[in-house]
Amino acid sequence: MNHATDTDPHDRDVGDRFERLHRFHGGLVLPGQHEMSTSLPIKDAGVPPVLVVPLLQHIGETAECLVKEGDHVHKGQIIAAPSGSVSAPVHAPSSGTVVAVAERPFPHPSGFSFPSVVIETDGRDEWSEHTYTLPDYRQLSRVRLLDHIRAAGIVGLGGAGFPTQVKLSKGPSNRVDLLVINGVECEPYISCDNMLLQERAREVLEGVGILQHILQPRDCVIAIEADMREAEAAMRQAVSTAGDTGIKIVSVPERYPSGGERQLIKVLTGSEVPSQGFPSDIGIICQNVGTAAAVYRAVVNNRPLVSRIVTVTGAGVKQPRNLEVLIGTPFRYAIEACGGYSDDVDRLLMGGPMMGFAVNTDEIPVIKATNCILAVTRKEMPPPATALPCIRCSKCTEVCPADLLPQQLYWYARSGNLDAAQDYSLFDCIECGCCAYVCPSHIPLVQYYRHAKTEIWDAEKQKKASDIARDRHQSRQMRLEQIKRERAERLARKKREVSGAGDARDAKKAAIQAALERVRKKKEREGLVQKNVNNLTPEQAEKIREVDTRRQHKRPPGEH
Amino acid sequence: MEFNTYSSPHLPVAGDVSAMMQKVLLALVPGTACAVWLFGWGILINILLASLAAIAAEALVLKVRRRPVMMTLLDGSALLTAVLLALALPPLTPWWIPVVGTLFAIVVAKQLYGGLGYNPFNPAMAGYVVLLISFPLELTLWSAPGDFPGLLDTLALVFSEAARSSVNLDALSMATPMDTIKTRLGLNETISEIHSTVLFGYFGGRAWEWINLGFLLGGLWLLQARMIQWQIPVGMLGALFVMSLVFYLFNPDSYTSPAFHLFSGAAMLGAFFIATDPVSASTTPRGRLIYGAGIGILTYLIRTWGGYPDGVAFAVLLMNMAAPTIDHYTRPRVFGQS
Repeated sequence: MNHATDTDPHDRDVGDRFERLHRFHGGLVLPGQHEMSTSLPIKDAGVPPVLVVPLLQHIGETAECLVKEGDHVHKGQIIAAPSGSVSAPVHAPSSGTVVAVAERPFPHPSGFSFPSVVIETDGRDEWSEHTYTLPDYRQLSRVRLLDHIRAAGIVGLGGAGFPTQVKLSKGPSNRVDLLVINGVECEPYISCDNMLLQERAREVLEGVGILQHILQPRDCVIAIEADMREAEAAMRQAVSTAGDTGIKIVSVPERYPSGGERQLIKVLTGSEVPSQGFPSDIGIICQNVGTAAAVYRAVVNNRPLVSRIVTVTGAGVKQPRNLEVLIGTPFRYAIEACGGYSDDVDRLLMGGPMMGFAVNTDEIPVIKATNCILAVTRKEMPPPATALPCIRCSKCTEVCPADLLPQQLYWYARSGNLDAAQDYSLFDCIECGCCAYVCPSHIPLVQYYRHAKTEIWDAEKQKKASDIARDRHQSRQMRLEQIKRERAERLARKKREVSGAGDARDAKKAAIQAALERVRKKKEREGLVQKNVNNLTPEQAEKIREVDTRRQHKRPPGEH
Repeated sequence: MEFNTYSSPHLPVAGDVSAMMQKVLLALVPGTACAVWLFGWGILINILLASLAAIAAEALVLKVRRRPVMMTLLDGSALLTAVLLALALPPLTPWWIPVVGTLFAIVVAKQLYGGLGYNPFNPAMAGYVVLLISFPLELTLWSAPGDFPGLLDTLALVFSEAARSSVNLDALSMATPMDTIKTRLGLNETISEIHSTVLFGYFGGRAWEWINLGFLLGGLWLLQARMIQWQIPVGMLGALFVMSLVFYLFNPDSYTSPAFHLFSGAAMLGAFFIATDPVSASTTPRGRLIYGAGIGILTYLIRTWGGYPDGVAFAVLLMNMAAPTIDHYTRPRVFGQS
């Protein structure tokens, strides 16, 4: 292995770098349930009568709405522009009329509403006309491509939905050592990446090629979970057809949560992403396979991100499968496209059964981060049992992939000792749910951690607010003191003026003193003139008189 | 359509406290069977009395504390405490010994601290130590191995003061091997001289080696079933082994062999079933190793130089006190932190 001396990123065999994989601490081998939704091919879910497109679909800032009620929009037309650096534009997923720009239920654990553009579709699904077509990406600069990816509204499709171009522009100064394409679908039930790789391996591969062109990484690896054999075979086929791509395909052992960015990087390289840091800190960029495919569509087909593959599965849906769904499609419509609910459906989740969240209505729309709609029955996932006291068995410690002490975190979170919880690295918790899954006391541990995190954020917000208030208070205090000082000075001046009588007396005294002094000096002077005049001869006396007279004449006026 | 919402994870959870307790009780069977086989009905009577006392006491306190009675009883923790305490008691002891010990264990050591999950001390060992200090005589009434009275005679001895005073208890009972060693070493006898008595078996104390083997078997099953983690048993038995080996090699005439230490007294019961009580033990991986080793070392020190023949109970209680401190200093390195 002489990677260190090897510099050409493409013309080299990444060879044995990933022959030996590593392990992260903890984790679980979970019942996969992937096969439930992989028997049927990806189906186009079609155009629902109404699309609800939220203006924020990821971490970061809300996009700025560009349309109003009554506007006609084409498919792919920008309806909201990004505002701020961590923001992505939103495109109309299909053609139709904007019927409202208002708050609508949003897929979020809190169940709150969010400003959305509601489009009544016309069923024609007409694309907006492109003003230009992009030349071959190999001819384009990195900046140009990043702009294009941003304009296409691409965000990470693995679940977190972080704007892709932000991730790609991280660390432009330091070299990207490794580009990881994440195809490790570790949560049970979800199979959208699996089906994507099986059916559209070439698109993914081309997308990876574009990412390689942008990042110029030394190595590039596509990681696929070991039980996704067909997907791996399809990808290998595509890679071997494409010839020399410099891409290595690695099969990663099944172990939840190996699809988590940090865990996957650890498995592949043995290095750990610094706590509270980013993979780019250690020269690694990680992108989901779905994101790579979206980049391909954006750059090669000039298509913005208006749809994605969603796994619709669980015993609560009649015909589980993967769908190509327009962003903004209500869950209900996607479920209907899969034969509707089974009779005993009890819970509806967005995301997988470990990290996904339950939603209370199926009116909420599919967003860019929706990888799975999971409808489950009571039998499949019974309501949580009553929690018993923690017996400190530390099974949670054994399975924690972040090497935390969940039982201690629980103890502190429960007792409201938030400082101690932070001291025990609460914010390194990735909320994977392994601890709660193994807890014999059935304590909803993740819920406690989330709650504690929220409380800390709130406290920080309050602290910030109180800091501002304190600053304001201090400057007001200073202002008041200055006014006080000035008033005191004015007062003192006035006082002096008022007590002017005494001063006048002093002045008089001084004047008298000065007059006396003048008299004394004058007398002295006169005395000096009269000195040694007693024994003068008459001639001398005459002479003196003459001089005196002359002097008298020479004296300047005013001396008299 | 409206749906139920709960917090993630949504997959049905894998663990269950009462299932854990049941497995631990099941793992006690081989060792307990050996004890019954060698020391007779008294062992079973102790277990029964302690269990009844534990359930009654737990139910009563829960009622007074206005806590759910049935749910807590079903977790099996009170029963497990009772059985562990009973297994430490001699077979010919009067009925009130297991009852008093269990009452202390459940009411004071467990419930007054807040119940399951909150007790800083191992309740079974707290109850046992109270008995050991308060009623030393009653705790020496071990019958001779394999030579125990019948069921009815045992019942009479346990429950009737009249029956107890009508027989010579000294003649029925017999010092344990650990007791004997302690006494005779005090009389300047050498280990080899002491070992020639009938009290010693193939490698440990006679009868006790089989009981210890039984508990070792159950403990290994618990390890294999991942009910307990390896650190505490390995730490405790490892430390006991190393300590005894060093002194044995130094002077085999004054110090008993490592095999004797590992297969006599409460070594195996302590290592796999008592020290591993998660509530009062250390919870970090490294901490558990230290905690276990601490118990092993203290057990050896108390056995060899202390005032009592066995030291597991005291060692466990002492290390219970150290557990929070050990935890504090043995936090694992968090992923991504240096």
